Amino acid sequence: MNLKDIALLNLRRRKAKAAFVLAGLLIGVATMVALVGLAEALTHEINHKLEKYGANILVTPRSDQLSLTYEGMSLGGFSFETKELKEADLEKIRHIKNAGNLAAVGPMVLGVVRVGRQEVLLSGVDFEASEILKPWWKVEGAAPGPGQVVLGSEAARVLGLALGQEIVIQDRRLTISGLLTPTGSQDDGLIFSQVATAQGLLGKQGLVSMVEVAALCKDCPVEDMVEQISEVLPTAKVVAIQSVVKGRMETLKHFKSFGMGVSGLVALVGSLVVLVTMMASVKERTQEIGIFRAIGFRQSHVMRVVLLEAALLSLAAGVLGYLLGLGAGELALPLFSQGHGAHVAFDPWLAVGSLLLALVVGLAASLYPSLMAARMDPHEALRTL
Amino acid sequence: MSFIQGQDLAKTYGSGEAAMTALDGVSFSIEKGEFVAVMGPSGSGKSTLLSVLGALNTPSRGRYLVDGLDIYALGSDQRADFRRQYLGFVFQSFNLVPYLSLCENVMLPLAVRKMASRQKRELAIAALGRVGLAGKQDRLPSQVSGGEQERTAVARALVNSPPILLADEPTGNLDARTSREVMELLARLGGEGMTIAMVTHSPDCAAYASRVINMQDGRLMEEGLMQVKLAACRA
Repeated sequence: MNLKDIALLNLRRRKAKAAFVLAGLLIGVATMVALVGLAEALTHEINHKLEKYGANILVTPRSDQLSLTYEGMSLGGFSFETKELKEADLEKIRHIKNAGNLAAVGPMVLGVVRVGRQEVLLSGVDFEASEILKPWWKVEGAAPGPGQVVLGSEAARVLGLALGQEIVIQDRRLTISGLLTPTGSQDDGLIFSQVATAQGLLGKQGLVSMVEVAALCKDCPVEDMVEQISEVLPTAKVVAIQSVVKGRMETLKHFKSFGMGVSGLVALVGSLVVLVTMMASVKERTQEIGIFRAIGFRQSHVMRVVLLEAALLSLAAGVLGYLLGLGAGELALPLFSQGHGAHVAFDPWLAVGSLLLALVVGLAASLYPSLMAARMDPHEALRTL
Repeated sequence: MSFIQGQDLAKTYGSGEAAMTALDGVSFSIEKGEFVAVMGPSGSGKSTLLSVLGALNTPSRGRYLVDGLDIYALGSDQRADFRRQYLGFVFQSFNLVPYLSLCENVMLPLAVRKMASRQKRELAIAALGRVGLAGKQDRLPSQVSGGEQERTAVARALVNSPPILLADEPTGNLDARTSREVMELLARLGGEGMTIAMVTHSPDCAAYASRVINMQDGRLMEEGLMQVKLAACRA
């Protein structure tokens, strides 16, 4: 028989009150775990989706001229520069320190070609990388192979060409393997081919005009990657598309703030449940506490009994709450997520955190009742008999 | 110097016009091994005196000394230690913890002592044996009679081997036969050298004591008058 045994035996005797305290903490911990787990799973999913938003780093040849176009609209003379990057240098991008964060690297060759009497922008692109870099592209037909092109919807309309027809560019006959459905962007007015085809037609063998890089991922250090690419390609201008990065950060921030706010609120309610129940329990045990004090328990001994009870219940609530929260998060995930394969994963830090949260909330809420019990006047307590 | 000394002890509850004096300048001394009964009508202050002796109720005035120790000059923790080491309490309504077995109830004063659990249990079973409850250690208080509950309370008071036993109407809730058994048990403990102070209404019970202190209106009365009556009871 020691203080721990007294605490355990009391919990066993007052099952209803113990269950109430346990439930208060358990719901708090489970809610926190479910929300944080959900937020993590959704963040993961959102990051995955954001990766599909396309390129977020642009690599272009360094220039001393200012751009004369805005959102694809030319506001001055010819603003397209003829400086190029070496295709062989692109391999260096794949070896930067954060190469693991690279989702896609898409070189692009640009140049003006004449089709009949019309001048058109020809773009050589890596169609495999475009699936990540330009996921909104929908090609009616097929991606271009060697000797084939895909026309933007506006280009096809202006040039009066259709799928399967032939097009003559720089005296070379090419087949239209696909038509790009309208994108509402500058792409609608372009002709697309494989990079090598465009290089051949434009006489830019071994050169690329620009490179698009998709590097969005969770905790992706985009700014660091911009620096790393600048280091390996000193003649290039490397720019992060801030709106995408900032948008992503804003989304994550809102998710986390929401999770923290609700968790804090639920923890507060849980602590109030513990406080009220423990105070009721202490009052109910006035006689018992009087006996303890009369037979020589110090105030600290009485406090320890009450806090031990709270600690035992808190630990149980921490473990059960974590498991319940994990299950609840997994069950609730389909309501919030549209993705497949997303799940609330076991997180050892969250498990430790939920145990600590339960302990801190349980003990903090039991501190006042335990002080109340310890300071009870033993003479008064025994007079209540 | 006496083992227990009360010097001009006074206790007043409340203040102003509502003030109620429970003890009014009580002085007494109890020697080691004495069995003292405190008698008096309801409201005479005998229970207050017992709570002061139990280091549970700080007097408004006066000093209370045990073994030379000024009890109310001690801090709260030291007074708790004093109660644990010097005192055993037997209450009128048994005051057993209902969810603990008889053995666990008896082990309670040992709960804060650094001692192996097995040793604590052995001491508790031995104490239960002393009060005639051998073999009943695993029963709950609700599973034994009132007399057995009172004897369990005595065993709990004895388990720490304290030099002083304080009893507040120990037979108040018991029938005549069980009262006699409990009183014989206390008399036996007194005979073994334990110092006992017992509050009682019953002259029959007081008859077991070696000395009777009579109280009225918070003051001690002369002892001689009571002795005559008690001699008759013993006969």
